[in-house]
Amino acid sequence: MSAVTGNEALRATDITKNFGSISALSGISLHVNKGEVLGILGDNGAGKSTLMKIITGFHKPTSGQLFIGGEAVSLASVDHARALGIECVYQDLALVNTLPIYHNMFLNRELRTRFGMLDHRAMRKRAAAALEDIGVNVPSVDDEVAMLSGGQRQAIAIARAVYTDAKILLLDEPLAAMGAREAGLIIDLIQRQRAKGDISIIMIMHNYAQTLEIADRVMMMQRGTVTFEGAAKDTSVEALLEIVRREYRAMRSR
Amino acid sequence: MSASLSFRQRGTRLLALREASIVVVALLLFGYFSVVNGNFLTGPNLQTLSQFVAPSAIIACGEIMLLICGEIDLSVGQVFALAPFIMAFTDKAGLGLFVGFVFAMIVSALIGLINGAVTVLLRVPSFVTTLGTLFLINGFTLTVSRGFPINTPGGQTVANIFGAAGYNEFLWAILIVAIMHMVLRHRRWGLHTIAVGGNLTGATEAGINAARIKIGNFMLTSVLGGITGILEAFRIGSTDPLAGGTNIMFLAVAAGVIGGTSLAGGSGTIIGGLIGAIVLGVLQDGFTLQGINAFTFDMIIGAAILIAMIANIHVGRFNRGGRQ
Repeated sequence: MSAVTGNEALRATDITKNFGSISALSGISLHVNKGEVLGILGDNGAGKSTLMKIITGFHKPTSGQLFIGGEAVSLASVDHARALGIECVYQDLALVNTLPIYHNMFLNRELRTRFGMLDHRAMRKRAAAALEDIGVNVPSVDDEVAMLSGGQRQAIAIARAVYTDAKILLLDEPLAAMGAREAGLIIDLIQRQRAKGDISIIMIMHNYAQTLEIADRVMMMQRGTVTFEGAAKDTSVEALLEIVRREYRAMRSR
Repeated sequence: MSASLSFRQRGTRLLALREASIVVVALLLFGYFSVVNGNFLTGPNLQTLSQFVAPSAIIACGEIMLLICGEIDLSVGQVFALAPFIMAFTDKAGLGLFVGFVFAMIVSALIGLINGAVTVLLRVPSFVTTLGTLFLINGFTLTVSRGFPINTPGGQTVANIFGAAGYNEFLWAILIVAIMHMVLRHRRWGLHTIAVGGNLTGATEAGINAARIKIGNFMLTSVLGGITGILEAFRIGSTDPLAGGTNIMFLAVAAGVIGGTSLAGGSGTIIGGLIGAIVLGVLQDGFTLQGINAFTFDMIIGAAILIAMIANIHVGRFNRGGRQ
């Protein structure tokens, strides 16, 4: 598996992670190229979240190596990962309901005037411009986030991550608990980001059909290992389900 | 989205409404007492009223910041009592009034630091932490004062500047309210205070140091409690170990809540707290002029807090489009 190094955004080789005597990940390898969308599927307890948290610098792997842009890195913290362009949109979205959209867009990266005062006007303007640029429609950036729909909230969270010049964007269940129309908006948003070609997206998903629709490549995780990896166009929901069934049968006969 | 504009307008209008409604209540009360009692709108009475409002308005600024970030300080009334003693004893030791004031502020800030550190780092709910320090500080003040009031040091000029003369104490309150309003609305500190109270996990994920924000607001509240205690000691001319206490603390929290600050955290207003303090002051002053006794007044405050809280929760829910 030798990718063209110049095009590779992130690579992880033989990642293992033990929590005490419990092995959450036993030898996971993955890579994602620039402008590529990788969908990770798997049951609860498959190790998806642990893998995600290793890529965001939250957990340190027990063994294995991460490469960003071809260079070996050892992530010391979430801030370190962020500084290298890794942004994660968690399921709780990290939005503050009682603050307006534009404050959420700039949370902890506020624009300020000379005297250290919050520059509300500039933040409003830039937030509106950034959202328009990314193609997210909201009534007004002055709206409290609590007033928005689930899809709009997800869009704001993704827009915030993209706006901070994320190179590698991790999305944790971006379409969870969303209706078809809302999910459509987020899928469009993800595809527009991919079209730009300079951002790589890793999505944790559980809906097979949606994953095959959005992702370029799909990876299936079960019990801490990778059981399938391949181009989305070369596989099908039925084929993926067959892999799951096979794994279950193997597990039960053990 | 066709509903977009009306959505936003409804939101802002309701938010403005929440602050405006308490202003209306304050004006109605003012009007009512002016009509029913000829002594209400007189210079001396308004001065008395301003002196009643000032302490709770200042302490409310701190409590509002704490309520917004999801905490509360029950011990601030005891810091109120302790601070002027620290100042007086330092002065008596020959270090002068100014050093005494600075020392009192340092002690107040340290108490806030302890409240904050125990709450945040040792994960004791602030209600319990500050209940403990309430008794600790109270006992300490009674011990060092031997339970007796003393004369507040300093000459009449100093006393006048710090609140004894005319509306001076109220002017100090207005100044502090103005600064705290600016901090809440126009500084990162205020924004991060709202973020920590609104979504602690989210704020932390965004890299905000929630412990620093919370501990800082505990220190701020204690310092404001100390300042208020010293202003009152200058105004009254006597430094009393039983001054302040839970009474002033609950008045301040009530002022904040009546003014529209949510006990659930994540939102609040400093200006609302000032108006809340004025409403409580007008009620107290007006009913005193009417000859209604203190027992009745407590019932009225209780009812006012309940009504304000119910309105707060339900206006808030409507504002959020039925969510939460």
